[in-house]
Formats: sequence, C-alpha cells, structure tokens
Amino acid sequence: MKRVRALLEFWYDFVVGDDWRVAGGVVVALAITVLAGRATSSVWWVLPVAVVVVLPWSLWRGVRASRTAARPGAATEQQGAGETVPLE
Amino acid sequence: MGPDVALFAAVFLACTVEAVEATTIVLAAGVAGDWRSAMAGVGAGLLVLAVVVGALGPALTLIPLNGLRLVVGGLLLIFGLQWLRKAILRASGHKALHDEEDIYRRELQHARAAGHETRGGVSDWYAFTVSFKGVVLEGLEVAFIALTFGSNQRDIPLAAVAAVVGVAVVAAAGFAIRAPLARVPENTLKLVVGVLLTSFGIFWGAEGAGAHWPGADAALLVLVPCVAAFVLVLIAAMRGGRQGQVGSTGQSGYAA
Repeated sequence: MKRVRALLEFWYDFVVGDDWRVAGGVVVALAITVLAGRATSSVWWVLPVAVVVVLPWSLWRGVRASRTAARPGAATEQQGAGETVPLE
Repeated sequence: MGPDVALFAAVFLACTVEAVEATTIVLAAGVAGDWRSAMAGVGAGLLVLAVVVGALGPALTLIPLNGLRLVVGGLLLIFGLQWLRKAILRASGHKALHDEEDIYRRELQHARAAGHETRGGVSDWYAFTVSFKGVVLEGLEVAFIALTFGSNQRDIPLAAVAAVVGVAVVAAAGFAIRAPLARVPENTLKLVVGVLLTSFGIFWGAEGAGAHWPGADAALLVLVPCVAAFVLVLIAAMRGGRQGQVGSTGQSGYAA
C-alpha cells in the first residue's frame, strides 16, 4: 500500500507539478478545442489564449505565496496556499 | 529554423537539463563513495531504461497519431508551463535560484552519513542505488521527451540522436570536471526548454484536438518566438513589480 501511494505521488508530482491549476487549465482548454473542433477546424487559437491566461494567473499565485512567506512569522500562513517556496 | 532544427534543439536542450541533474547525483555518489559502484549503478540504470524504452517505443507507434498528439501535446504543455512558471519566478527574483552546488553538497552529506555497505557483490550499495535511481528517473524523462517529440514529428532517429548527444555532452563535461555543475546556467536553459516545450505542446495539442494551424508546420516558427516574447514580457513586468515592492518596503530579495 505504501509503495502504491509512493508511486501515485511520484506520478502526480511528475505530471501535475507544483500548481494543479496549470494542468487543470490545459485539460479544460484541450476539451474546449476538441468540442469546438467538431464544428470548425479554426480553433487553433484556444490553447494560445489558455497559455496567456493560465501562466500569468499561476505566476501571480506564486508571487503572492512568496510575499506571504517573506513576511515574518508567516510560515504557517503559507500552508494551504498551494505553493511551496523554498527559502534556500 | 526548419522543423528538423527545431526538433533537434528542443530534444537536445531538454535532455541536457535532465542529464545535468542525473550527472550531479552520480558525481556526488561517486565522490563520496566508490566510483566503481556509482558507475555500476549508472550501467544498471541504463539497462533498465533500454528495456523500458524497447518495450514502450514500438507501442507508441501503434497509437493513432491524433490521439497521441492530444495526450502528448497536453503533457508537454503542462510540463512546459510548469518549467516556465518556476524559471520566470526565479528570473524575476521571486524564488531562489536552483543551485546545483547546493544539491551536490546535500547529496554528498547524505552519502557520507550513510557510510559504505557491501551488498550483492557491490562494494558501496549507497553509491550504486543513488546512481541507479538518478539515472532511471532522469533517463525516463529523456526517453519520454525523445520518443514523444520524435514520433510526433515522425523522426524518432533524429530525436534519439539529439537526446544521445545532449546526454553525452553533459556526461563528458561531468566526467572532465568531476565537480558540481553550478556553472551551467540552469535557469536560462530551463527558460529556453520551457518555451520550446510550451510551443510544441500548444501545436501538437491543438492538432490532436482537431484544429488546423494556419501555415501547417510553419506555424511553429511563429509560435516559438511568440511564446519567448511573452515570457520575456512577463519576466520584465514581474521584475518591475518586485523592484517596486522592495523599494516601498525596504525588503531585500533573492539574487536574480
């Protein structure tokens, strides 16, 4: 059971990474492209638009988490923010 | 830049980054323990990789191309965006730079703390397993990148050559210097690779989903510079925002 859990955690970390919203945004954008692609083949713009929206959104969350972490005594606040910022 | 050059560059750079990580781990295990055991771990890892790739490689070509492009494009886009996210945060000073020297020191401390243990004919089991794990994990990523890029562009041999050259260059450099690979500008490399993964991910993902790109394959030649320009704009904007924040609060930040 421990090994299965470790394997699942490895694959989640490998595929999804630090911010699950990025993976979620890509899946939603692909689904929209597939559905819209049934009506017209001119749906190439959906994924570029998704990148323009998802990447800054994820960065904004990352910056917010790093600012929270930089505040004195804010280590506990950072938990649950969905972001890990190593203070190396 | 033709599609062949773009394919070679994307696979070469992505595999170089993975190889830097694997080589750092192997170097730490070898320096701290027994070089022969560390190299045995590398050999065993390469053997496992060859079996896995040999089993999965032909299977990949049986999958319908559009289905493959949809899945692989989606995965590459996710990987690319995650790489860009981290690299932009680092380049703009919102996250500490990834320090290979730090990883090397940490692995070295673990290796020394573990001591030497003989098992299964291997004189230093720790050096063997650390090298083995590093080579298998990073090698799987290299194989994944080469197979998927190659099968999508219908040129697996070129992708395989690019992967082998990338890994060989880093391995030779690591062997020659036998020291931390801190001088490799990893974040810059990650930015470039992130741009390429994202661009290929957008292109293949959309094609797999049934979209047709204006100009077909030539669209990649527009996509890559556009994604790169977008990334540079984001870095510039975030650096500006950080300077404003530091200026107003007087906080010191990470070295960018």
